[in-house]
Amino acid sequence: MLKVNNIDVFYGNIHALKGVSLEVNEGEIVTLIGANGAGKSTLLKTLSGLLKPKSGDITYQTKQIGGKPAQSIVKSGISQVPEGRRVFANMSVEENLELGAYLRKDRDGIKKDLANVFELFPRLNERRKQQSGTLSGGEQQMLAMGRALMAKPKLLLLDEPSMGLAPLIVKQIFEIIRMVNSQGTTVLLVEQNANMALSIADRAYVIETGKIVLSGTAKELQESEKVKEAYLGGV
Amino acid sequence: MKKSKAFLGYSILALVIYAVVQGMIMGGMIDSYYQNILVTMCINIMLAVSLHIVIGVTGQFSIGHAGFMAVGAYFSAIATMEFGLPFSIAIVIGAIAAGLAGLLVGIPTLRLKGDYLAIATLGFAEIIRIVFVNVDYVGGAAGMAVNQMSNWTYAYLGVIVTILVISNFTNSRHGRGCISVREDEIAADAMGINTTYYKVVAFTIGAIFAGVAGSIFAHNFFIIQPTTFNFLKSFDILILVVLGGLGSLSGSVIAAVFITFISAYLANFTETRMIIYSLVLILVMLYRPTGLMGTKEITQMLKFGKKGGSNV
Repeated sequence: MLKVNNIDVFYGNIHALKGVSLEVNEGEIVTLIGANGAGKSTLLKTLSGLLKPKSGDITYQTKQIGGKPAQSIVKSGISQVPEGRRVFANMSVEENLELGAYLRKDRDGIKKDLANVFELFPRLNERRKQQSGTLSGGEQQMLAMGRALMAKPKLLLLDEPSMGLAPLIVKQIFEIIRMVNSQGTTVLLVEQNANMALSIADRAYVIETGKIVLSGTAKELQESEKVKEAYLGGV
Repeated sequence: MKKSKAFLGYSILALVIYAVVQGMIMGGMIDSYYQNILVTMCINIMLAVSLHIVIGVTGQFSIGHAGFMAVGAYFSAIATMEFGLPFSIAIVIGAIAAGLAGLLVGIPTLRLKGDYLAIATLGFAEIIRIVFVNVDYVGGAAGMAVNQMSNWTYAYLGVIVTILVISNFTNSRHGRGCISVREDEIAADAMGINTTYYKVVAFTIGAIFAGVAGSIFAHNFFIIQPTTFNFLKSFDILILVVLGGLGSLSGSVIAAVFITFISAYLANFTETRMIIYSLVLILVMLYRPTGLMGTKEITQMLKFGKKGGSNV
């Protein structure tokens, strides 16, 4: 579904991604784990068109999307939940969700998806008129995910959904990711919480200082000595 | 249904205000001095509302608004004085010229953010002013003589059109796009909103109506000089928007009315005028740091017809 081939991304002179390649197949949950500054968010931003790769190519379905503007990438069915949630704080929950469907024209479909989002996140339904800046961190994360789902993505990019949330809420969020996936949305999940991420993923990649250093099925990585040592808290 | 009812209500209100003031002018109750203040007030409202769409709605901190006003003023003055075109056509020409200038300035500068954008817009406005200083065709630094053609009717019509277009834009799908840029640009980008496009659109619309205000301004004081449109003028407009409350159209209008009358009445106290003016600003900012209206609209408070404007 998505194939990243040998991309290089720079911030000015800083070489942030060095020849990264990865692949996401339809229906999978793929996770990308790595430490701070490894290049996880950079990769997601490049996929969603917020950054442009200097070389290499990104193929989505059969189209080239590397370096395309964000709006055309969203239109083709990739939507991103940005790091740190970034809800539109002065707008109501409902307005946030409506903006998620910004590029869609099918009113009936939008209505149906709104109902679906409220079913996935009953908490948002309770607070649909509330200003989203006043929601708790967990609720904002749910809103950010709901907003991304409103674009009816085929591929959902999640950037650290566990950031700054209590373990119990993290568990809920991951449960919902699994649910979204079972409804037919492919997921690429970027995480620092390697344990949680590997527990729901089909396959995983480990990124270190801009390079993919390990890849395999989630199970393989969970058992790999190297990953255990670096991310899962010792042997 | 409800919406059209509210629209009808506002139209009647607008007509009544016009009729009352026009009646008072014809009845001699408003002399030419106060007429002049009324026109100035209308110009200030147009400037404030047209900057409101850039700063208040889209969140782009531009402090070069006087530059676009200057473009509108000069182009409309050239149209009437050099080509003998009627005033109404001159206003349209001024608006188009200012809009084109906005587009030209907006495309490169709106890639910048925050302080950098503010500095760049300030710089562009000064460039526009310096260009007029150095063009002999428009009189250079000495200025250009313009016949008095503006009156209350033109100014009021300008205000109504400005408010109508900008409030409709804000409440449309495009307005939502602009508001989302203000709220969080990265999230807006991630939602597939073409943020650069909306920033340029808002900037251009703002410039167009600054051009209308400039056209009416040019034909109100017999002469226009480049120094009138320096950065202090830009700050005056900025003050109106901040004072009214960032994000509130009605706030901008109220602030413009308020400031026009304050400076008109303070004209009698020439020495202390700027001190009192500054004190008023400081007091308002101390006690109402979000501006007179915050982000609310007056329609939300009055519940006049439709339940609140949806423009946050």
